[in-house]
Amino acid sequence: MNKAKAMSNNQALHQLSLCALREGLDSKQFSSRELTEYFLSRIDQHDGEYNSFITVTPEPALAAADAADRRIASGEQNALLGIPMAQKDIFCTQGVRTSCGSKMLDNFLPPYDATVVAQMQQAGAVTLGKTNMDEFAMGSSNETSFYGKVKNPWDTNTVPGGSSGGSAAAVAARLVPAATGTDTGGSIRQPAALCGITGLKPTYGRVSRYGMIAFASSLDQGGPMTRSAEDAALMLNAMAGHDPRDSTSAALSCPDFCDGLEQDIRDLRIGVPKEYFDDRLDSEMAGAVREALTELEKLGATLVDVELPNSALSVPAYYVIAPAEASSNLSRFDGVRYGYRCEDPQDLEDMYTRTRSEGFGDEVKRRILVGAYALSAGYYDAYYRKAQQVRRLIKDDFDRAFEKVDVIAGPTCPSPAFRFGEKQSDPVAMYLEDIYTIAVNLAGLPGMSVPAGMINNMPVGLQLIGKHFDEATILRVAHQYQRATDWHTRSPVE
Amino acid sequence: MQWETVIGLEVHVQLATKSKIFSGSSTAFGAPPNTQANAVDLALPGTLPVANEQAFHSAILFGLAVNAEIERRSVFERKNYFYPDLPKGYQTTQLAAPIVGEGSIEINTGTDNQTSRHIRIHHAHLEEDAGKSLHEDFHGMSGIDLNRAGTPLIEIVSEPDMRNAEEAVAYLKKIHAIVTYLGISDGDMSQGSLRCDANVSVRPMGSDTLGTRTETKNLNSFRFIEKAINVEVARQIDLIEDGGEVVQETRLYDSDKNETRSMRSKEEANDYRYFPCPDLLPVVIEQKTIESLRQKMPELPDQKRARFETQYELSGYDASLLCESRELADYFEQVAENCGDAKLAANWVMGELSAYLNKENLFISQSQVSAAALGQLISRIDDQTISGKIAKKVFESMCESGDEPDKIIAQQGLKQVSDSGAIEAMVQEVIDNSEAQVLQYLAAEPDKRKKLLGYFVGQVMKVSKGQANPGEVNRILAEKLK
Amino acid sequence: MSISREEIATTARLARIRLRDDEIDDVTSRIASILDMVDQMQAIDTSAVEPMSNSLDAAQVLRSDKVDEPGDKIAAREALMAGAPAQQDGLFLVPKVIE
Repeated sequence: MNKAKAMSNNQALHQLSLCALREGLDSKQFSSRELTEYFLSRIDQHDGEYNSFITVTPEPALAAADAADRRIASGEQNALLGIPMAQKDIFCTQGVRTSCGSKMLDNFLPPYDATVVAQMQQAGAVTLGKTNMDEFAMGSSNETSFYGKVKNPWDTNTVPGGSSGGSAAAVAARLVPAATGTDTGGSIRQPAALCGITGLKPTYGRVSRYGMIAFASSLDQGGPMTRSAEDAALMLNAMAGHDPRDSTSAALSCPDFCDGLEQDIRDLRIGVPKEYFDDRLDSEMAGAVREALTELEKLGATLVDVELPNSALSVPAYYVIAPAEASSNLSRFDGVRYGYRCEDPQDLEDMYTRTRSEGFGDEVKRRILVGAYALSAGYYDAYYRKAQQVRRLIKDDFDRAFEKVDVIAGPTCPSPAFRFGEKQSDPVAMYLEDIYTIAVNLAGLPGMSVPAGMINNMPVGLQLIGKHFDEATILRVAHQYQRATDWHTRSPVE
Repeated sequence: MQWETVIGLEVHVQLATKSKIFSGSSTAFGAPPNTQANAVDLALPGTLPVANEQAFHSAILFGLAVNAEIERRSVFERKNYFYPDLPKGYQTTQLAAPIVGEGSIEINTGTDNQTSRHIRIHHAHLEEDAGKSLHEDFHGMSGIDLNRAGTPLIEIVSEPDMRNAEEAVAYLKKIHAIVTYLGISDGDMSQGSLRCDANVSVRPMGSDTLGTRTETKNLNSFRFIEKAINVEVARQIDLIEDGGEVVQETRLYDSDKNETRSMRSKEEANDYRYFPCPDLLPVVIEQKTIESLRQKMPELPDQKRARFETQYELSGYDASLLCESRELADYFEQVAENCGDAKLAANWVMGELSAYLNKENLFISQSQVSAAALGQLISRIDDQTISGKIAKKVFESMCESGDEPDKIIAQQGLKQVSDSGAIEAMVQEVIDNSEAQVLQYLAAEPDKRKKLLGYFVGQVMKVSKGQANPGEVNRILAEKLK
Repeated sequence: MSISREEIATTARLARIRLRDDEIDDVTSRIASILDMVDQMQAIDTSAVEPMSNSLDAAQVLRSDKVDEPGDKIAAREALMAGAPAQQDGLFLVPKVIE
């Protein structure tokens, strides 16, 4: 391990980007086994502080590292080959507990791998373990996990964001070079912003959902959580692609997302929606984001005012659609075939009711109830149908804006990381954490968050939103911005 | 008071696809429990459905067969409820945008099957079947087998156009014939490939408002559906005439007791919270797909029946009986082609052959007697090798041994004797032994003679063991007794 | 649209979620506040808007009718049922189903 540390050009291994790790592996500065042991030991030493992992899997990780070393030795070239990664505990991993942050699945060992997991393993990535998350991805603070809250490495009294808070904290604390996340209403971008890392939610349909435990099927999308846009592009290359097992995965060929990153952004028009700078946005936050926009302008992009008039309705529409889909998606957790079953059920109804009441946490139960109510007879039109109509209006807003611009930019969330418990008593306040991210899911667009400043030593996220299936352009903007700034290199740890 | 019965049927037809509607598991019947239930069928977390194209093609074929509109854009929805045989906690089905829209079929009832009625089909939609709960005692628990879960079904919903149990049965038989003709289902009711729920209500004769209906489930044979409807109608009329009211509810037919009873477990007000399935995008059917399926449409029962009436000059009744199943109709056509005598072929298929199959409880595909063999047998009647009476004897042997008729005729020496010399000898023998009858015959008035001649014919046939050509016998007798 | 305690209780029964008497008021008020927020949607007229259930403006790609099965079906069943809370003879066991 010391050897590995010494060989990394005087920079600690855990501060290296995926590209640098790739170079180190290919030039035999260190082996995948050494890297893997190094990061496992960092997790062992430091994760007690953050609680970012639910499950760490040293044995299979080391076996995978050895296999990767053999592949490297045989001359195989692959961006992720031998690089340690973490999977959000929402992705099924064969034989490795996949809990989704819930007591309901505390004992669940999937008999299969999610497509994303299989693809990354095929590419040679080494999975170190499964990261903590809000229960069934329902939360914006990582306070709803059955496995306890995750702490923000920048200030352990504050939340890391959610639901992919474990992945965000692990990447920020340099416990792992990169991790997967999933984003239904902001669950990659908001924790990325709060933890000062780069997170990308691809276009709906870009990444297979097979084996990714469903929260809201029409909104869920997996994506990379990394330390830079370039790393995100590398990882997206391995995650994306059509999957015949997911009929909502787009039958499109994927570009190499690394191509074009180096191209400047002078040809781009960047839309700035005035609705994203309303009075809900923290004023210091607004200042930091405006500064980032100015930086983009300096890089040659043209800033254009755009309007997203219905964006205020995205949170209301989302909090009908997502719970409605969730209420149905989570019906399979019934204690019959896998997962938790209550002790000594008296009869069938008792089994269902007690299993679900004991197995789900409060926020999950609340959303199931909201969703079931919104779908019930007499309320369907007023809630569900209405929300689907609003959803179209929101998508139409984006379509119109994208007639004028190539990318839309604004804040990722209204304020930096807040303290534990601050929003727990008021679900609506918590939901408003996602006011700038949710519309992107409703419209199915790609969106990312990149570090763009600090307020009181807490990170600020700049959100970049692209056209459908145009991840390449937002990655290019992010990469060019990161070439000109160093916010993404700031680390909460030595 | 005179009551009118109003019946609508919901018919579930299992489609004969190789794989399930949303997964690659086999749909074959009879595998060990849960060996045809993969991760998708068990609704493991993270699994997703991918719809089977053949299920759509089957549904479209059905739609074309009942002259229905094929919906170019159909949508799967989720019907949410908890039941152990429903792994996802919802059934994926179609509601607002089913694949098959309004259509209709003609049914024939009455003693001669000549009373025709037009029954409207409201729509038909695709959905997935549930698994099975086994109620044998597993230490006081039930066992769940999900092999059937995800088998594709079309649910065919009729308008309330039927007025008695006989019409309901005729409708169901017609649906059965259509789906088996199309080859989209095996139609095997004993295995649950075709199941039926009956919505039944009664109203005073002449009224045009519908009474409160009940839905009777578990009707898995033509006989049960008839009995169940009749007992349910009787129950409702008794109830109303005693001053009671019919409650809208789900009832279960108990074939042992021949009664329907309320399914209290389903009484609890259910709210299925239907909504479009977010895992499945809308299915868009191209016009060219519909056209190419239309090209592949086989001849349907009504078309075949009409053709049999003209081509083979069969009565409407005979033709409709033969067309009840595609196998029977095909069998008949082969027999008719083999022997060239369609009328006789029809009589034999509906008579001796059907009686044999019924007695042995066989499908036509399991018959010992092939269509070629039966055709040969009928040819032997036509070419006077054997008489009709001997043919029945030969047929019995064919059923037992499966041998060809020519072989049986030869082995058992059943060939008809037409040789006039041999017959003349037999006639002479009979005349010689019947002195009294001969005298009686000769003394009788010419118009009485015909009757008396029968005695001699019978005696000659007896002597010939039935093999003498009856025409020859008559001719020679008449000559000798002049 | 405000929601009553009874409606919450009915919805909870539908969703097979048990709410204790001492938590039902709290749950009701939290859900009521969510629904109040959601009701902002009612302010706009959407009568002419076609509902959108998926952002992918695409038709479903169907699968061809092929059986895809493991070679050893009994071993596959064992793997799939390994986490079953109760099983016997290849069946999932549940408290008696009464029809």
